[in-house]
Amino acid sequence: MSKLKGKSLVSITDYSKDDILRILDTAEEFEANQRQNILNGYVLASLFFEPSTRTRLSFESAVQYLGGSIIGFASADTSSVKKGETLKDTILTVSNYSDLIIMRNPMDGSARYASEVSPVPIINAGDGANQHPTQCLLDLYSIRKTQGTLDNIDIAMIGDLKYGRTVHSLVQALSLFGATFHFVSPDSLKMPSAVKTVVKNAGLEYHQYTELTDVIPIADILYMTRIQGERFPDPLEYEKVKNSYILENAMLDESKDNMKVLHPLPRVNEITEDVDDNPKAYYFQQAKNGVYVRQALIATILGLK
Amino acid sequence: MNMNHKRTELKVSAIRNGTVIDHIPADNTFQVLKMLNLDESSRQIYFGTNLDSKKYGKKGIIKISNKFFENEEISKIALVAPSATLIEIKDYEVTKKEKVNLPETVEKIVKCFNPKCVTNIQNIPTRFQVIEDHNGQMKLACHFCEKTMGEKLIEFL
Repeated sequence: MSKLKGKSLVSITDYSKDDILRILDTAEEFEANQRQNILNGYVLASLFFEPSTRTRLSFESAVQYLGGSIIGFASADTSSVKKGETLKDTILTVSNYSDLIIMRNPMDGSARYASEVSPVPIINAGDGANQHPTQCLLDLYSIRKTQGTLDNIDIAMIGDLKYGRTVHSLVQALSLFGATFHFVSPDSLKMPSAVKTVVKNAGLEYHQYTELTDVIPIADILYMTRIQGERFPDPLEYEKVKNSYILENAMLDESKDNMKVLHPLPRVNEITEDVDDNPKAYYFQQAKNGVYVRQALIATILGLK
Repeated sequence: MNMNHKRTELKVSAIRNGTVIDHIPADNTFQVLKMLNLDESSRQIYFGTNLDSKKYGKKGIIKISNKFFENEEISKIALVAPSATLIEIKDYEVTKKEKVNLPETVEKIVKCFNPKCVTNIQNIPTRFQVIEDHNGQMKLACHFCEKTMGEKLIEFL
């Protein structure tokens, strides 16, 4: 039985290298054999205080493939939150009805707080701009699957590196495995120093660029991100940078044979549609991998794997 | 009075009983006064700032009569004046002298600077880990939202 049984997952830093590898190995089992009726009789709660169709459906799909039942809500509009209930009260109530709670909440730090008040484990499905650890695990799964290893890869991260929580978590996690990082962003959206400190403290290298074309020939993974308008206090600033980092199919001619393009989705225009047919485009398989990883995580936390 | 005598240091009166906070970074002297609510205190208080210090260049010093600090207050002082020394005086004699120590965690006394942090939206006590960044600067990392803030952003509750 895993020591992860009964433990919440709030932040990717809650997991050691071994914990991460254990989840990825279990996810591989589910990829090989997805339908396993091990959650029969279990009830899981899916509390989405803000809408996130992709993440919610991926979790719900994972639960259904395992034969479990799911209860919950898809936005705060239909929940007791609208009546002014505190997060603590919602969590304590719902924990009476379920074996595990999957929560997305717009407040930064809400998942850590929920995990400390809840008698059942919490899986953080995104707490504001803070953490989204299952996205990180599915990114790691996708990297390992396409590169054969997580050790010492060259990863280029492109776009909004300042506010993009997925890239922050991915840097933290890959620092356990010895990657070389290539950060490509406009000056106003550079990787925060706290994240760069993680790389330095791990004794690893990072390089910063402003041109996307500089990293295409050297990357094993091209991790594209969306530049989100809502992150900018000044709309003019957004207009200036929003079209800076667009990947087009022809640009991939110079890339390595093993290179894959990843994106946490949804994309807006940062990857043109002609890239989709290139075998190096991996973002839709990446989303599919999310179901295996979430199956593995739920099964492990419930002590069924 | 001998007019030829040239004074080389500022005299700040001695106190009979109380605490001297010495070696405060000069820029933070007023912040320490305010943070400890000394600006509203009825006690006798002497203070000086921008005083020459061999070790720190410029420093501040505060002397408060009949006041001995509790651990929570010492943690606060350490956050804005990590170089400070606390000297306890009883009957004009120094009875205790020690550098303030940064605590490992800071609970309930500091507000998280992140307006979207759950502690600023719901009634949840704050908690921070005291860490050092790669330049050796003290930072507070919010236990909940994981954002880190430097000394300049610290706001006491």
